[in-house]
Amino acid sequence: MGIWADKNTKVIVQGITGREGTFHAIQCRDYGTNVVGGVTPGKGGTTHEGFAVFNTVRDARDQAGANCSLIFVPPPFAADAVMEAADAGIELIVCITEGIAVNDMIRAHDFLEKANVRHVSEGKKPSRLIGPNCPGIITPGQAKIGIMPGHIHRPGPIGIVSRSGTLTYEAVGQLTNRGIGQSTAVGIGGDPLPGTNFIDCLGAFQLDPQTEAIIMIGEIGGSAEEEAAAFVKKNVTKPVVAFIAGQTAPPGRRMGHAGAIISGGKGTAAEKVAALQAAGIHVVKAPSDLGAKIQEVWKH
Amino acid sequence: MKVHEYQAKEILRRYGVPTPRGIVVDNPEDARQAAKELGGRVVVKAQIHAGGRGKGGGVKLANNADEAHDITKKMLGMTLVTHQTGPEGRVVRKVLIEQALNIARELYLGITLDRRIGMPTVMASQQGGMEIEEVAARDPKAIHREPIDAVLGIQPFQAKNIALALGLSGDSYKKGVDFAQKLMRAYIDTDASLAEINPLLVTKEGDVLALDCKMNFDDNALFRHKDIVEMRDLHEEDPLEVEASKYSLNYIKLDGNVGCMVNGAGLAMATMDTIKLAGGEPANFLDVGGGASSEQVANAFRIILSDKNVKAILINIFGGIARVDRIAEGVVAASREIGLPVPVVVRLEGTNVELGKEILAKSGLPLITADGMWDAAQKVVAAAKQARPS
Repeated sequence: MGIWADKNTKVIVQGITGREGTFHAIQCRDYGTNVVGGVTPGKGGTTHEGFAVFNTVRDARDQAGANCSLIFVPPPFAADAVMEAADAGIELIVCITEGIAVNDMIRAHDFLEKANVRHVSEGKKPSRLIGPNCPGIITPGQAKIGIMPGHIHRPGPIGIVSRSGTLTYEAVGQLTNRGIGQSTAVGIGGDPLPGTNFIDCLGAFQLDPQTEAIIMIGEIGGSAEEEAAAFVKKNVTKPVVAFIAGQTAPPGRRMGHAGAIISGGKGTAAEKVAALQAAGIHVVKAPSDLGAKIQEVWKH
Repeated sequence: MKVHEYQAKEILRRYGVPTPRGIVVDNPEDARQAAKELGGRVVVKAQIHAGGRGKGGGVKLANNADEAHDITKKMLGMTLVTHQTGPEGRVVRKVLIEQALNIARELYLGITLDRRIGMPTVMASQQGGMEIEEVAARDPKAIHREPIDAVLGIQPFQAKNIALALGLSGDSYKKGVDFAQKLMRAYIDTDASLAEINPLLVTKEGDVLALDCKMNFDDNALFRHKDIVEMRDLHEEDPLEVEASKYSLNYIKLDGNVGCMVNGAGLAMATMDTIKLAGGEPANFLDVGGGASSEQVANAFRIILSDKNVKAILINIFGGIARVDRIAEGVVAASREIGLPVPVVVRLEGTNVELGKEILAKSGLPLITADGMWDAAQKVVAAAKQARPS
């Protein structure tokens, strides 16, 4: 099943002829993802590593039936790539690119919202953006749409949502080592303005029949975790285990991710942990405890 | 990216935002000359990338050109310590000589992104000169918030709301409306992440000016602002962090003695947290990135070891697309090249982990291997505690 992607999802890669795009298109295909081609303007009609190449996303949708796009376009052009996919009515847009300017993303979000109004009024599905600056989404055993190592995943009952890439792998690795699989793992990305947030994922996991418990991995900066906590309290009945990275991060310093910064005393790990605990979420102090905690609360 | 006050004001002037007349200098003679040009009575302001300069002795009034000369002479080269510099302070290399004005009121105007709603938001308060966080904590109602649509720009009614919230009237009200519109335009156009005017000055003559100004810019948008990139002052940055950025390593120096090298920002933060939980103090944040090559590992090693506080190092890699065996090769090569002046604990997981562990074992190097993050953190903290104090 998966919350947003499964074996029937038809994926195109925007920026497929680039180094990253080529490498990951092959990795996704090898995992079993239904990759139906790629987009590189000016190279339409050719093939690249066995993938059909289209000039535009619209062509890829019309000719190959694509309903999902995976974006590896360089930062100055990535927001434009997101808008092109939204305009073409691509239902799931996964943007891996790191380093997109905030103002460019504000424009892309604005465009996406307006495009969705149009799509819905025409009876079509709206577009969902995951990322940018994220590892992507995986439904183990069905579709890997992103840069995560597929082999560490197993199909199963745990939904994972995270702002960090490698920390998600850490959680997945612990689960798989304990023989516990994952329903869907979503990396929502480390940018200040993500297309899909914790609440979107938590809501989808609550509705997903395969998901029995949820791991949520947050980090310092912004207030997305606090908002997620309020949402969980009201709407989520499945057990949630959380970890917040950056308990030792100094204020005013950007910890790698564009969105990971404590500014004006706001966005600290302590505040987030308190909000999560108040919502009945099981917060672990160290990421190495995620697997054990899930086993404890999910079995009960 | 941060810039100095004088540079931020230079940017604001391009957008027609009123600022006091000022000249930046780096020697006392020029300060004297500048003061003469500005009419004698001036303010001498130390140019460092930190707030709280006034309390630290970095802002002084000079009644005439000679005083401006003497104050500048004392200020240049001094180490200014404020609550934002840390105890080590910052060396003053330039001062801004600015005309002294007749102050009637000091207000606050700031713009930054509100992440919750995805809109740049103007904050206006009549309590100028104070830190906005303090005002927010004590009296949140004293701050007026005006979210702006970044695509459409600031609308006239919004600028009016801001001027009213600042308590401006008559001629000053009109000037305030104009000020807010121009400041917002500057913020959007330059891809700023912060524009803070504190204080925003109303003079006895009714003029509205930016008395102090702090601007930060979105690093990801600098590719289209070559003029702002040229304003970067490397003196204001940690030399190790500047060095690390040359190799695209994300490094932030901290005060502890356990160095760490990790792939991925989230895992790097989590590693620091785990070290602390095990009773140690992290010496740094370091993200070697996704495609960590052996060269990257060697560079990271060198940078971590340049910090003389480091007593032990933890390498924590979860290989995804980056293969663990390649990283292990990098660790071995770097250890041979640089030597192992401190104990190194290595925790490897992910793609080709068995091969990676084998490479470490066969190397004959005294690397300490660990299983899992908690084991690794305990081992590295123990190693750091056993190290001889230097």
